[in-house]
Amino acid sequence: MTVTFVMDGKEITVEDGQTLLDAARENGMDIPTICWHEATTANGLCRMCVVEVEGWRTLQPACVVKAGAGMKVQTRSEKVVRARKTILEMLASTLDLSDAPEILTMMDEYGADASRFPDAVRRESEVKDDNPMYIRDYSKCLLCWRCVQVCADDAQYTYAINFEGRGYETQIGTFFDKPIPETTCVLCGQCVGVCPTGALKPKRQYLLEQGVSPEEISVLNTGRKRRK
Amino acid sequence: MTVTEPSPLYTAIEPYIPLGRSGLLPALHAAQKLYGWVPEAAAAEIAKALRVPLADVHGVIEFYSLFYDMPTSKHVIRVCTDVACALKGGEGILDRLCKKHGLKAGQTTDDLSLTIEPSPCLGLCEHAPAVWETGGEQSSLNSEDGATSVSLNRRPPSRVYGSVRILTANCGNGTTSLAKYGEYAGLKKAKAMTPEEVVAEVKASGLVGRGGAAFPTGVKWEGAAKAEGTPKYVICNADESEPGTFKDRVLLLDDPHRVIEGMCIAAYAIGAVKGYIYIRGEYPYIVPVLEDALQEARRAGYLGNGFDIEIRVGAGAYICGEETALFESIEGKRGFPRIKPPFPTTHGVFGKPTVINNVETLCTVPMILAQGAAEYRKLGTEKSPGSKLFCVSGDVAQTGVYEVPFGVTLRELLEMAGGVQGGKRLQAVLFGGAAGAFATSEHLDVKLTFEDLRAAGLPLGSGVVMVFDETRDMRQVLKSLGHFFAHESCGKCYPCQMGTQRQKEILDRIADGNISEGDFERLQDVGWTMTDASLCGLGQTAASAVLSAMKLWPGLFVEGQTSKV
Repeated sequence: MTVTFVMDGKEITVEDGQTLLDAARENGMDIPTICWHEATTANGLCRMCVVEVEGWRTLQPACVVKAGAGMKVQTRSEKVVRARKTILEMLASTLDLSDAPEILTMMDEYGADASRFPDAVRRESEVKDDNPMYIRDYSKCLLCWRCVQVCADDAQYTYAINFEGRGYETQIGTFFDKPIPETTCVLCGQCVGVCPTGALKPKRQYLLEQGVSPEEISVLNTGRKRRK
Repeated sequence: MTVTEPSPLYTAIEPYIPLGRSGLLPALHAAQKLYGWVPEAAAAEIAKALRVPLADVHGVIEFYSLFYDMPTSKHVIRVCTDVACALKGGEGILDRLCKKHGLKAGQTTDDLSLTIEPSPCLGLCEHAPAVWETGGEQSSLNSEDGATSVSLNRRPPSRVYGSVRILTANCGNGTTSLAKYGEYAGLKKAKAMTPEEVVAEVKASGLVGRGGAAFPTGVKWEGAAKAEGTPKYVICNADESEPGTFKDRVLLLDDPHRVIEGMCIAAYAIGAVKGYIYIRGEYPYIVPVLEDALQEARRAGYLGNGFDIEIRVGAGAYICGEETALFESIEGKRGFPRIKPPFPTTHGVFGKPTVINNVETLCTVPMILAQGAAEYRKLGTEKSPGSKLFCVSGDVAQTGVYEVPFGVTLRELLEMAGGVQGGKRLQAVLFGGAAGAFATSEHLDVKLTFEDLRAAGLPLGSGVVMVFDETRDMRQVLKSLGHFFAHESCGKCYPCQMGTQRQKEILDRIADGNISEGDFERLQDVGWTMTDASLCGLGQTAASAVLSAMKLWPGLFVEGQTSKV
């Protein structure tokens, strides 16, 4: 079964059950995404992939909405562009995007002004360096949820991390803020692998960036041997 | 072999263990009753007993404002500082109480004897300023504090008025017992019909949801009735948290059998075996009233024969009034709204077909069945049949719940309420709640119906009519709204998570007279982005009152203009 619909004036036919995002990418059209990842369940929460569907009151996330016969979709309408640009500007006023090149590219593309919101309260946090494998720098976290998802039902079934706080003050956290070695974390590294902004980073990479030499790092990592 | 006594915590949470994860909120409430907060060891014991990951338990505690993972007193004074109470000096009461006890807002005494907190809307707007106390036997407030104080054992009195008394027939004189309520006549009629006929009757009545979205009730029921999958559920959404709304509190306290009968009829119509009443944590005094009424209904045989109802108590999260967030909360999770579709009628609580209706909607159902849709339609207008409850608060002479037929004008409603207090001039009316829109004296002759209000660009919402007289600083009102949404955003989708914070920051600047160049455009872009692109109804309406104010009074958002309009 296939469905035929119109996207940006172009008639498109795709397999039934495909999302608007699948359909766009299959047809060489670009819809930006932040939270979406092929390994995690789509939650449609970053709203960067929103598109305008004729007859629908609000913009719809292309990553979860399925292509329907006869749909008329605009991926770059005025409303869509305004929403994406504003989301990017709010992100830039909230967290440190210096390790998120894909988002910085999107900002250029949408003409987003990184200093649009002066005097905005930023989400700042100390680097959490509590285990031998990775560091957590939540001032770079944009809450895409991927790490929580791969730690849970999308991959590892470990459930070491969840959320703290609510709303703007949400942060990824452990049970009563325990250091990683005191949680159920198995140091599988999947969370680090899916992090889009460098909020989770391999410890070695972090240390190299801090100017620590490879020799010094190997000295730092001899702890296991000494313990016996 | 020695037999160890179960810990007090284990005894307290034992009833919820068979519920698994769904028992998490009840178990956390039980732990807090014991300790005043949820210590790490207690959270760990609950996690183990309910088989929920530790990090998830902590995530849930952190989501809900009424759960604490830091030492907190069993005696908490919560002072409402939201819009209606702010008008009546809520902030001043908070300051005075804090000074009196040597605490800062949000702090707990070292000996854990008292915690004082500001609170979002307590649903007591007609009694503003309002205070809610937990733990203390005697109120710590005295008359000079000038506040209405409620607690588990101190229920707020009901103020019920209006030109008709159908839904509110039993309201205003304390709780109505089953003996006084009489037999469930609507349910009896329903059971003499087929479930399809019951759905058809509700459809014919033209009843639409009273929680804010105005979705046709009969269509909702039909969807769940036809949906595949069992068991099916009926949920009463009693998470009334929209600032300015307090009608459901009055209905539940004074006439609990009406809502229970409405749920029984819904259950019969869709074939549900289980019902939940999800009531906001700020209404603890309603819980025993409902428990007693459910017992009466069981003894009379209305419940327990294939359908029964369980009460679930929220824990301080406006977002849980959003239907899918409410399901998540019943399932023992953080109250994150789900993406729709799929809709609750096919994929509701526990992924099963579910009808979820507001208290007032369910309370309307028994009468429709007992007297017939045709009789119900005699009141109101063609497109808005029946009567409606309005929550009138703010600067009017007589605040309270008003029942009127659809079609009276705003002017008539305000006249019933004695007009603007103190003979002052009307400045504005906040319509439909914090997520609503502002009206002015130009809207006084708008008829209160869905169709007329829609044409006037005003949402009926949950029936909020909050009045501001000519002396009020609307910038302060907008600041309150901004703080409310920033506090209540769940944080899931980006537009609302960051937008409510940016909106708050800009509204703070405007209220404090520090307007930056470009703030008008910033506020508008943030508002439009939340409206267009947010995931759920909260985010989509978090800017609606602000955007309506920008349209009505652009001068408020510009430096140097007077704060009054």
